[in-house]
Amino acid sequence: MNDMSVLERAVSQQDIKISARKVQVYYGDKHALKDVDVDILDKTVTAFIGPSGCGKSTFLRCINRMNDTIPAARVEGEIRLDGEDVYDRRVDPVQLRAKVGMVFQKPNPFPKSIYDNVAYGPRIHGLARNRAELDEIVEKSLRGAALWNEVKDRLGEPGTGLSGGQQQRLCIARAVATSPEVLLMDEPCSALDPIATAQVEELIDELRSRFSVVIVTHSMQQAARVSQKTAFFHLGNLVEYGETDDIFTKPQDSRTEAYISGRIG
Amino acid sequence: MTDLPMPQNPAAAQPAQKSSLLSQDDRTRRRNAAEKRFRSYGAAAIGLALAALVVLMITIISAGSGAFRQTYLSIPVALNAEQLDPEGNRDPAEMSKVLTLRYGSVLDSALAAAVENTGIQIEGLSDREIKGLISREAAAQVRNRVLADPELVGQTIELDVLVNGRVDGYFKGRVTMASAARDANTSPEQLMLADALAERGMLVTRFNWNFVTNPDASDQRPEAAGVGVAILGSLYMMLVVLFLAVPIGVAASIYLEEFAPKNRWTDIIEVNISNLAAVPSIVFGILGLAAFINFAGLPQSAPIVGGLVLTLMTLPTIIISTRAALKAVPPSIRDAALGVGASRMQSVFHHVLPLAMPGILTGTIIGLAQALGETAPLLLIGMVAFVREFPGAPPEGLFDPASALPVQVYNWTQRADPAFIERASGAIIVLLVFLLCMNLLAIWLRRRFERRW
Repeated sequence: MNDMSVLERAVSQQDIKISARKVQVYYGDKHALKDVDVDILDKTVTAFIGPSGCGKSTFLRCINRMNDTIPAARVEGEIRLDGEDVYDRRVDPVQLRAKVGMVFQKPNPFPKSIYDNVAYGPRIHGLARNRAELDEIVEKSLRGAALWNEVKDRLGEPGTGLSGGQQQRLCIARAVATSPEVLLMDEPCSALDPIATAQVEELIDELRSRFSVVIVTHSMQQAARVSQKTAFFHLGNLVEYGETDDIFTKPQDSRTEAYISGRIG
Repeated sequence: MTDLPMPQNPAAAQPAQKSSLLSQDDRTRRRNAAEKRFRSYGAAAIGLALAALVVLMITIISAGSGAFRQTYLSIPVALNAEQLDPEGNRDPAEMSKVLTLRYGSVLDSALAAAVENTGIQIEGLSDREIKGLISREAAAQVRNRVLADPELVGQTIELDVLVNGRVDGYFKGRVTMASAARDANTSPEQLMLADALAERGMLVTRFNWNFVTNPDASDQRPEAAGVGVAILGSLYMMLVVLFLAVPIGVAASIYLEEFAPKNRWTDIIEVNISNLAAVPSIVFGILGLAAFINFAGLPQSAPIVGGLVLTLMTLPTIIISTRAALKAVPPSIRDAALGVGASRMQSVFHHVLPLAMPGILTGTIIGLAQALGETAPLLLIGMVAFVREFPGAPPEGLFDPASALPVQVYNWTQRADPAFIERASGAIIVLLVFLLCMNLLAIWLRRRFERRW
């Protein structure tokens, strides 16, 4: 039995969760992302690194179609989630975003109570039949985001009253509460101090057991610490994609090497 | 490394090295002087504005406070049954056939008897002057009272009757003996009689609720004029504006701000909304006359038409302020909502709108306050008419003729009798009180809805 599950786990880790082919993004006339091909694995942390403006956040926002909210943005190519093209005309972005959660660069809790912040997603998706179930989801999500012990006595207090690191973990709890299959994180630690960053990184590592996590980061150390796979973007191109260890120790491309050694970016 | 060239001459750098922190150099002194000047300009501007406000308030209150006081004559009136109820059955339907004129003669004889009883003797005082002491409106008021309570007929009751506007003005300081000598409507003798009656406590000046509750009165009886119909008319119009302009305006802003694609068409709409906000209000009046009265056939002078015109006028204000409030909500909140899988509408209604609420409410109330004080468009749709009948209860009452507070002010300032100046100022005070209440409401709502987190 045990062996079976270990085997299954090993296999499932190699499952491709998201596969992107020839993805192009234009912001008006600007060609922001060129020919991106990437396969993101399930139950893996994939880091996107690269200098500012290289298109890594753009690509991340393509996965759950947050780019739809930018009128000038145009996406071509295909991104498949479990084999289904997310840009298919039949796809409702709202349903997609329930499956693909997102955590933003700046902690952006709703100006509501901590409880309501986490409960909002399950409420609008009808994930809880009654108050008890909702309570359970909230507790589970907050525990999952390693925030429960800090806030369990003040769930009714405003989420915006928490510290920066707590707010970001609250946002993670909020994203986790809708039981997504993929969690996208856009520089989740850029507004946090080192201690909060360490907490969030630890959390990301735990989340890996449940979802596929894609994280955009400016910090190469962070990419090296949390991810198993790393993709390096430069000027709108996906330059190199592979095992994190390989990217950082023996990069194939000269641009990757230049970036990780601090010469560009 | 700095690119500045090193000073060629070491002496040129000398003064900079010698400068002390304890004394200001010329540049700093000039800069500080400029700042001080600028501050004093600001303070002067504020001072000027405050002074203007104080002068305005003092003028209005000193001119208008008289409207809230009214002089009454208390005399015993014998309600003669033969004169007032010829049929003798106390049936209000029968009694309503008795004209006001006859009540006038009842009052006249009561007054003459009362003056005789006091034994006041004034040289050259004619009967006409004694009769003229009381308002022409008084007879109508007595009649109304009797018709409401027919059992009063045959009794002698102590009545507080309105006195003539000139006599009223004399007790408020508006009319003097000197001015009375040149006045066809009063005379020094009449005023002396009034003085004598006041000494005996029969003429008293007291707070005048009737100013707020009475309808307008004709040119000859300023003492009876009130703003009751105007308040009701204004209130009805505000209701119409509230129920039309707010939902339409807020819905339009939400659509434009949150849902509409940003293209040439929405740009054109946006520019035109801003232009509409700048259109003179009288133009809206013409539009209302053409569209609502001539084309749609709605009645003239009706609060519904006034409300519709004011709605058109207020919409741009509400839309602009609501859009500004929506724009001020940080986009990160929208992202957060969309990120957890909320639809556009859910993100707007659950998160954006509550945050924009204080701004929306403030804008709305400012728009309403603006509409409340608007006069010009109402003149064109016939709300300037002389209306004595109170409009009925809404919704039917919205189609009855009514007046409006600012129009009432305008109306009264057009009349010849100086007593109407006092009434107009009084109406301005009422209007200002309403505006003040609305602003307080705006502040209260802001506080109430403002999230402190």
